[in-house]
Amino acid sequence: MIRIRGLSKSFGAHGVLHGIDADVEAGTIVAIVGPSGCGKSTLLRCVNALESFDAGTIEVNGIALTPSASDAATLQRLRAAVGMVFQEFHLFPHLTVLENLTLAPRIVLKRSEAQATERALELLKQVGLGDRAAAYPAQLSGGQKQRVAIARALAQPLEVLLLDEPTSALDPEMREEVRDVLRSIAAESKLTMILVTHEMRFATELAHELWVMDAGKIVERGAPKEILGSPKSDVAKEFFGRRSE
Amino acid sequence: MKSVLALVVLVALVTLVLATGARARIAHADTLVDVRARGELRLAADIQGGEPYVYEDEKTPGKLVGFEVDIADAIAKRLGVRAKFVQVDWSNLVPSLERSDCDVILNGLEATPDRRERILLSRAYFVYQEILAVPKASAATSLDDLRGKRVGTLNQSYAFLLLRDRPLETVLYEGVQEPYADLESGRLDGVLLESIIANRYGCGLAKVRCVEREVARGTYVVGLRKGDDALKRAIDDAIGAMIADGELRAILERWKLWDAIQRDLTSVAAPDASASPEPPIAPRTLDRAQIVLFLEGALVTLGLTCGAFAIAMPLGLLLAIARLYGGAIGRVVAATYVEVFRGTPVLLQLYILYYGLAPFIRLGPMSAAILGLGLNYAAYEAEVHRGALLAVPRGQAEAASALGLTRAQTLRHVLLPQSFRHALPAVTNDFVALLKDSSLVSVITVVELTKRMTIAAVEVRGWFVPGLLCAALYFVMSFPLARLSRRLEKRLHRDPNPRPL
Repeated sequence: MIRIRGLSKSFGAHGVLHGIDADVEAGTIVAIVGPSGCGKSTLLRCVNALESFDAGTIEVNGIALTPSASDAATLQRLRAAVGMVFQEFHLFPHLTVLENLTLAPRIVLKRSEAQATERALELLKQVGLGDRAAAYPAQLSGGQKQRVAIARALAQPLEVLLLDEPTSALDPEMREEVRDVLRSIAAESKLTMILVTHEMRFATELAHELWVMDAGKIVERGAPKEILGSPKSDVAKEFFGRRSE
Repeated sequence: MKSVLALVVLVALVTLVLATGARARIAHADTLVDVRARGELRLAADIQGGEPYVYEDEKTPGKLVGFEVDIADAIAKRLGVRAKFVQVDWSNLVPSLERSDCDVILNGLEATPDRRERILLSRAYFVYQEILAVPKASAATSLDDLRGKRVGTLNQSYAFLLLRDRPLETVLYEGVQEPYADLESGRLDGVLLESIIANRYGCGLAKVRCVEREVARGTYVVGLRKGDDALKRAIDDAIGAMIADGELRAILERWKLWDAIQRDLTSVAAPDASASPEPPIAPRTLDRAQIVLFLEGALVTLGLTCGAFAIAMPLGLLLAIARLYGGAIGRVVAATYVEVFRGTPVLLQLYILYYGLAPFIRLGPMSAAILGLGLNYAAYEAEVHRGALLAVPRGQAEAASALGLTRAQTLRHVLLPQSFRHALPAVTNDFVALLKDSSLVSVITVVELTKRMTIAAVEVRGWFVPGLLCAALYFVMSFPLARLSRRLEKRLHRDPNPRPL
């Protein structure tokens, strides 16, 4: 499980997170929504230590992060357990799809080439790209790239998957293929997932729990349908009102 | 390929036009008329030749002094004009005269047969001896004892002509002090230079002995353009009168240059008579042997460039990594290295490495050249790689971190393979630049392609053919490299649909 206590962060004079307290139970899927600049992506990036923070603690499956820089061993343990999917995919352009998937298992987990390849091909089949193993990222569509990026994250023995607006950079017609992949992962695995998104309908459909963020704070949390039905905070009211138009 | 050929032809044509243009300018009315009208005799000299020829006064910078300044003043006075010196690199004195940058040359110009063929020479104003200097421990008493050994002298000097056809290795210098420094440090087995230079810069050194018997005797003369016969007569008469009335002797005595052999000055009164003391040396043509030497020069250039780049590439990469990821210390060390090596002339660095450090580490010319150029270019490569690493999107490093790669693994497997692609055009550029910059190492006596050309230009008495040959060889070396780099770029891109070329 993930336990966040008193998490604060600022970029210079500009505060981004103001004392966040939150828990995510193992196997739960949480969706975070909120206006641009509310701090939802920063919160996500703090969980796998891509961002440092100024105060508070984060504990991920017993691995504790503090404001001071964590040592290399802690980071390695954390990142073996926590995977991340980025809005802009960040595939490695100089490697084939297959090599993108086998790089970390071979180097970080010291898997053999054959072992890593076998697992990678399995994952590619799972995201519907079994035939594109030899392609380079430049040869793929946006939706295909994001599915490769998801498969790449899953090639690690994950317990937590962080998704930072996974469909925002995609053309509308490609979003569905990525949503399908995420639906099947949610259905088949026991992964804990935190999804930052603007897509309300998808968040409601996938998540067990919804957090509404505004100006660096979680202003409302609960079951997605409840919040959608009767939003209490001003932000949620305005946000869902605008979204449903 | 067609456009390349057109370019070569164009360059050749332009060169030809410039060359004939320069020739055409020689044939105007006698310069004596101009000199009288101007009231000024312009004399070419190289201040770098140093004391006692023509040099800057230590006490009043900008003021020229030297025994040749006094002689020039005396000649000018007898012509009824002022003397004015024009600074010209010593090895370019004759071409500069032909270009009419000056009226005459007066700067330790030896009367040699090939010069006599190219320009007019006045009667002599000084008699010199070629003096052989050897290490004190050496038993050598003549050039014959130095068979197969390394003997240094000045480029384009008469001594060089004397050494050229002997079975020994001639090492060429641009300055008068460096050959003796190398003799002292054991890099040379002998130095052959004129008595004035030997006495001032060599014979007094603790580890150097000058052989008493002269190797040859020669004279310094004033050089004039062909066709300036009236000016030549006027200067000959002036020098003759100075010898006759003792003014020349007085000047030479004032500079402590007068000795018994100067009595020869009266006997070589008729300068055009073939009474010249030096052995006749036939001009050379650009024959097969010369072309082989050119190819050897090209090979030295290529070896030098590859060797230096083999140092510059890894060191530059290391510096770039240190500067970006090396923490506070790495950053400061790498930044300082880059600023120092990029901010000071490579020529100076070569001097320090070769001459300055000689008392501590004695590098051979070739290793000093490779190391010097390599260290210098590393600073440039560092910046190329730093820029290329910064050009890799931030998300790449984040994605690698999120997958659990350490910083070193991220660098090796994710960032560097991508930054190399960004760096390749700039790296190729630097390699080609280095190919040509490598000609700088002639200051530490390495004879590479450009140096070979300047030597050949003197030997065949013309720049045109050696220049073209030299340019062609540089081109032959750099052009395939550019192609190779382009192919490598494409391969590294691994993009099946590259932008149209």
